[in-house]
Amino acid sequence: MSVVADTQEQVAALGEKYKYGFVTDIEMDRAPKGLSEDTVRFISAKKDEPEWMLDWRLAAYRRWREMTEPNWARLNYPKIDYDDAYYYAAPKGSEGPKRLDEVDPKLLETYKKLGIPLSEQMVLAGVAVDAVFDSVSVATTFKEKLSEAGVIFCPISEAIRDHPDIVRKYLGTVVPVSDNFFATLNSAVFSDGTFVYVPKGARCPMELSTYFRINASQTGQFERTLIVADEGSYVSYLEGCTAPMRDENQLHAAVVELVALEGAEIKYSTVQNWYPGDENGLGGIFNFVTKRGDCRGARSKISWTQVETGSAITWKYPSCILRGDDTVGEFYSIAITNHYQQADTGTKMIHLGKNTRSRIISKGISAGKAQNTYRGLVSVHPRAVNARNHTQCDSLLIGSKCGAHTVPYIESRNASARIEHEATTSKIAEDQLFYCLQRGISPEEAVALIVNGFCKEVLQQLPMEFAVEAQKLVGISLEGSVG
Amino acid sequence: MLEIKNLHAAVDGKEILKGLTLSVGIGEVHALMGPNGSGKSTLSYVLAGREGYEITQGSVTYGGKDLTAMKPEERAAKGIFLAMQYPVEIPGVTTLTFLKTALNAQRRARGDSELDAMSVLKLVRQKAAALQVSEEMLKRALNVGFSGGEKKRLEILQMALFEPALAILDETDSGLDIDALKLVADGVNALRAPDRAMLVITHYQRLLNFIVPDRVHVLADGRVVAEGGKELALELEAKGYAHFMREPA
Repeated sequence: MSVVADTQEQVAALGEKYKYGFVTDIEMDRAPKGLSEDTVRFISAKKDEPEWMLDWRLAAYRRWREMTEPNWARLNYPKIDYDDAYYYAAPKGSEGPKRLDEVDPKLLETYKKLGIPLSEQMVLAGVAVDAVFDSVSVATTFKEKLSEAGVIFCPISEAIRDHPDIVRKYLGTVVPVSDNFFATLNSAVFSDGTFVYVPKGARCPMELSTYFRINASQTGQFERTLIVADEGSYVSYLEGCTAPMRDENQLHAAVVELVALEGAEIKYSTVQNWYPGDENGLGGIFNFVTKRGDCRGARSKISWTQVETGSAITWKYPSCILRGDDTVGEFYSIAITNHYQQADTGTKMIHLGKNTRSRIISKGISAGKAQNTYRGLVSVHPRAVNARNHTQCDSLLIGSKCGAHTVPYIESRNASARIEHEATTSKIAEDQLFYCLQRGISPEEAVALIVNGFCKEVLQQLPMEFAVEAQKLVGISLEGSVG
Repeated sequence: MLEIKNLHAAVDGKEILKGLTLSVGIGEVHALMGPNGSGKSTLSYVLAGREGYEITQGSVTYGGKDLTAMKPEERAAKGIFLAMQYPVEIPGVTTLTFLKTALNAQRRARGDSELDAMSVLKLVRQKAAALQVSEEMLKRALNVGFSGGEKKRLEILQMALFEPALAILDETDSGLDIDALKLVADGVNALRAPDRAMLVITHYQRLLNFIVPDRVHVLADGRVVAEGGKELALELEAKGYAHFMREPA
């Protein structure tokens, strides 16, 4: 029996608007408001970082001061005042990871509301969670089991202290400090995030998962993730995101770097459900994220899967650099925008090596007055003999006031390249909707059903336990899109 | 159970039904025949509550209640089933998923408990065999790549599954060869029951050799122009629609 079938009824059962819109009342430890060298020093000191890390941050900060915010995306939002935000917030008394039973019960309560099983159920589920609460990782589970396999899975702040050699070797090598405005900002002020190292030949024994949650108001979240898969290893990593409901906009500028060495495979899945703002476009997260993977060794593979249902603004292009010969890059995406949400998302597949292959499947769904843009680059460099790309880009419109846009960039500098691009735009047909209604299905459930069908190829890429959540989200995020 | 009185209905401002009166009793099987453009399909959509089919005059009651005040999904939950002439494709949604979603939506609306996936599968399998609906078909996306016969058999399978009190079959015979027609007709006949009324809409008398109606109505230009027993269908076949269209209702 398919997962889709099992969850359709739950879509209807979940009648709430934004289920995760609660605020946990915990005393916060904050950096002074605004952004300066002092802020950077404050964060670095809080993290007890070595000198090299502080220097790295300061260099990024100085570089950032000279940069200007990019404006090429098809996004419309008020100017962000970077001096009117807090760049560091941590629950008081929880600096550094703790054992689960030492964690503030209020935090655990929050996780419970989010439906994260941070307990014995974890063993059954086989998922290890490095839960990031605002900026500090407060609970890391299953370290022992992972360390048996030689896998390092810890907050990046801890990795900087405990595994400086690996971190220094790879940090900033996929997304350089000066890469772009938001990545550079992140490099200066990132407060925490996740670090994963999978040693040679190891197959990570479980799905690794991190839930990020922005809790403190007026706090930007700048997490930094670094995943290194050594030769011949395999790892699957999942991130889920939610944020409470607030009237003001909050900035989220994350950086994720993936490095796959020879023969390694990394599967990175995201279910992004940050607060999207209300039905009038008030509030919501500004999500400016730089995600990039480097297939550094031959025959390596990186696969991105994303389900983007939240955020007022999404600016995100998880990309693959296919550097090694015979490497494979994949990008599977569902981006849903409703009400006044705007998404400008896609990928870059940079073919550098011989016989490199990439596959892009993008499903954009737009409802209400939302705007949804797919922006993708397929670039074949002169040395990339026999490069292959297939892009499938489908847009679905619900109602007549939303927009879908497809902006593909294709650059081929090798005559042997084969690049295919298919794109479709459709509306939920009135006859499909009527057929469902005639069989007793409500309009909202019918839309969820049809959209889940539309997204099926991408949903199938998600690990089982997340596919269920993602399908529910598809239904919830489109509530109110049909009258 | 179904009372249609002086029904006028328009699509895009154009009047299609022009004073149609028809009544179907509990458990009765009625045939509605008529030439192209006489309003047969329009009537089926009006009864199912499709958007864009506007009732301008007259009344429709179902089980004594005003049918026109109910939403399409409420009508379905209250036992109105429309087997469509052109069943719709829904890519990516497996047939079984669709059946489960619909069945549970109707059960929920009636206050019954929902069935889990295994129970639905068992129930569907029971009904599917007689209609030669294979497991493989159930796993395919709804109606996507189905042949004409497969689509119609799936419609009848849904009728068997939902057990409606009033089934409207809109040109269920169209596009079927004789073997496929017989299979579908057998399926329909197996579902005849004292508490299940049917309105069989067809262009040709042929279908009525297999599904024998209690009453026959002839529709022309949005009105019923002749009514009678099953022999009326044969007379119609012999004389043609033109003969009836000249007579006032």
